[in-house]
Amino acid sequence: MATLNLVQAINLALIQEMEKDDRVLLMGEDIGLNGGVFRVTEGLQARFGKERVVDTPLAESGIIGTAIGLAMAGLRPIPEIQFEGFLGPAYDQICSHAARMRSRTRGAFTVPLTIRVPVGGGIHAPELHSDSPEAIYAHTPGLKVVMPSSPYDAKGLLISAIRDPDPVIYFEPKRIYRAFREEVPEDEYTLPIGKARTVSEGNELTIVSWGASVVQCMQAIENSGRDIELIDLRTIYPFDIDAVEASVSKTGRCVVVHEAPLTCGFGAEISARIMERCFLHLEAPVQRVAGFDTTMPYYKLELDYLPDAARVGRAIEDCLAY
Amino acid sequence: MPITTAYKTEIQRVSILDEHGNFDEKLGKDLIPDADLVRLYEAMVTCRVLDEIAFKLQRSGRMGTYPQNMGQEAPSLGASYVLNKDDWIVTCYRENCGLFWRGVPMESILLHWMGDERGNAMPREHFATPIAVPIGTQMLHATGLAWASKYRGEKRISCTFFGDGASSEGDFHEACNFAANLEIPVVFVCQNNFWAISSPGKVNCSAPTLAQRALAYGMPTIQVDGNDLFAVVKVMRDAAAWTREHGKPHFVEAVTYRLGDHTTADDARRYRDQAEVELWKTRDPITRIYDYMKSRKLWDDSKEATTRERAAVNANAAVATAEGIAEPHRQDYFNAMYAELPADLATQLATHNTHSLGQTEEAAHVATEALAKAHASHH
Repeated sequence: MATLNLVQAINLALIQEMEKDDRVLLMGEDIGLNGGVFRVTEGLQARFGKERVVDTPLAESGIIGTAIGLAMAGLRPIPEIQFEGFLGPAYDQICSHAARMRSRTRGAFTVPLTIRVPVGGGIHAPELHSDSPEAIYAHTPGLKVVMPSSPYDAKGLLISAIRDPDPVIYFEPKRIYRAFREEVPEDEYTLPIGKARTVSEGNELTIVSWGASVVQCMQAIENSGRDIELIDLRTIYPFDIDAVEASVSKTGRCVVVHEAPLTCGFGAEISARIMERCFLHLEAPVQRVAGFDTTMPYYKLELDYLPDAARVGRAIEDCLAY
Repeated sequence: MPITTAYKTEIQRVSILDEHGNFDEKLGKDLIPDADLVRLYEAMVTCRVLDEIAFKLQRSGRMGTYPQNMGQEAPSLGASYVLNKDDWIVTCYRENCGLFWRGVPMESILLHWMGDERGNAMPREHFATPIAVPIGTQMLHATGLAWASKYRGEKRISCTFFGDGASSEGDFHEACNFAANLEIPVVFVCQNNFWAISSPGKVNCSAPTLAQRALAYGMPTIQVDGNDLFAVVKVMRDAAAWTREHGKPHFVEAVTYRLGDHTTADDARRYRDQAEVELWKTRDPITRIYDYMKSRKLWDDSKEATTRERAAVNANAAVATAEGIAEPHRQDYFNAMYAELPADLATQLATHNTHSLGQTEEAAHVATEALAKAHASHH
């Protein structure tokens, strides 16, 4: 079994799905010879040719709009949007067409499409290269939204996304692209979309998080020395409310952690669901540790903005002390 | 010689049968066999009759907002007539005539505007995509669909329709640029009807033609009298053949006119002169063919009466079918969201009438009991 980082795990998943299914093709800006700005598609054009790893014009709406056409024709396009900050021009195609096609045609046309998007802050990037817009797309019926937090999960979730008959936005937390390695099986495997992973078990408090924040949460739990359960959502929509309910019903306390702004962040939805499902089990109000309702600051202040182990630690203390 | 000509071109315009009945024998001879012309004429008449009925349905509250196609029958019909049956036809909403020729049932279009998604459930065999409501976005889908044909080594092309207003949208330019640079076989057909709701041509384009926009993408382009079915057939046949042969896009500007309002929710008298409308009525694509057929003794009053009668019968049958469809069910809009209904959405469906959204029956029960207890302790 190979020890891979998240970039390598995604690269491996792409290779395996492209070898297995000739309907799969990659498209995006700089993904061919250059291998993508994060090198996620490194070597794939040389391996599969220019017809299957396509350098497109520099136009995000064009990338998603043509990918929708490819998918409607029965192919399995995997467009890459270079950074989440460039999703804006593609928003119309994603939300007005990809998300609605199955519904508005009552299943006559479908869009089996996987949109890969590097997401989140913490890499000293220029502006519009560090945001976390997952809640916008979770709020758009018809889409599925996935965000892995480890190389193992990245491979299994990506293969599931590619094979999914509906449009999936696959967010790749760029902060942990190369942060650590773990064992990733060579053999293909899938992880179900919509199922959370219990990272660590505990009885005093539940933390729910996803993406790069999971790593901060692990650090916070270690620092706290408390008996804390950590749930990595893995999928933002449809999200695994049952896993959250089971854990919070057990612990009675919950902290939700995400990089995206607080107001209408996905933590708000989780908090509301916990109210509905676990009200009589709660020992404390649900705490949220999130980005602020500010523009994501340039990188000099980005660590001030991003939830870190210390902020998560304070929320743990507050929640346990309530 | 410090200054030279970097590039020089001209935009051709094709007209075969003009509004005065002048017919260019050289271009028009044998272009459309007489038997086909009769059928095409009937298709335009039927589309027009349905359009008039649809307008009345909206006015009498039997249909929602509807965009009349009146006056713009020829471009999509001419295209459908010359395209292969399995070429993609990717439309916005003033291409009813071409869709009907392709075989899309008239009731499908009616259902769409009657607020029923089942109208968009286009059978795959028609290779027609459902009506696209945002402007210009479908041009990219057409490009993707043709890209898929190229990817698979098929000879299928796409033909997509959009208006003069769409030529302002980013997606217009992205579609042209993708198709040209990636060498994808699409025929882009701009129906220039002079009005984007209330915006006249100048608001959307300052160049003398819309056709010349395609020059910037290095693709062949041509302008055609879009109310001249003969000219449309010639131009579309040539453009489709070129596109199929070269595997690259071709642009067509069909100059036509929106005789009606933008939609039934619009009142064009607010922004355009009636004199302009009256002028364009003299250029009507249907009367033009009617006069031509009469002059060639292909047509007489009796045939006209029969055709009108048959058109009314067919259009009314489509209305009856559309209005007679079974009521849609609540689960239809839930079940159509994903291939598999997510559990949470299933809960929302199941508890639609009974409990707060998102709560399971069990959770709602617990909440109700807790509330009852709280009330009891309060008293």
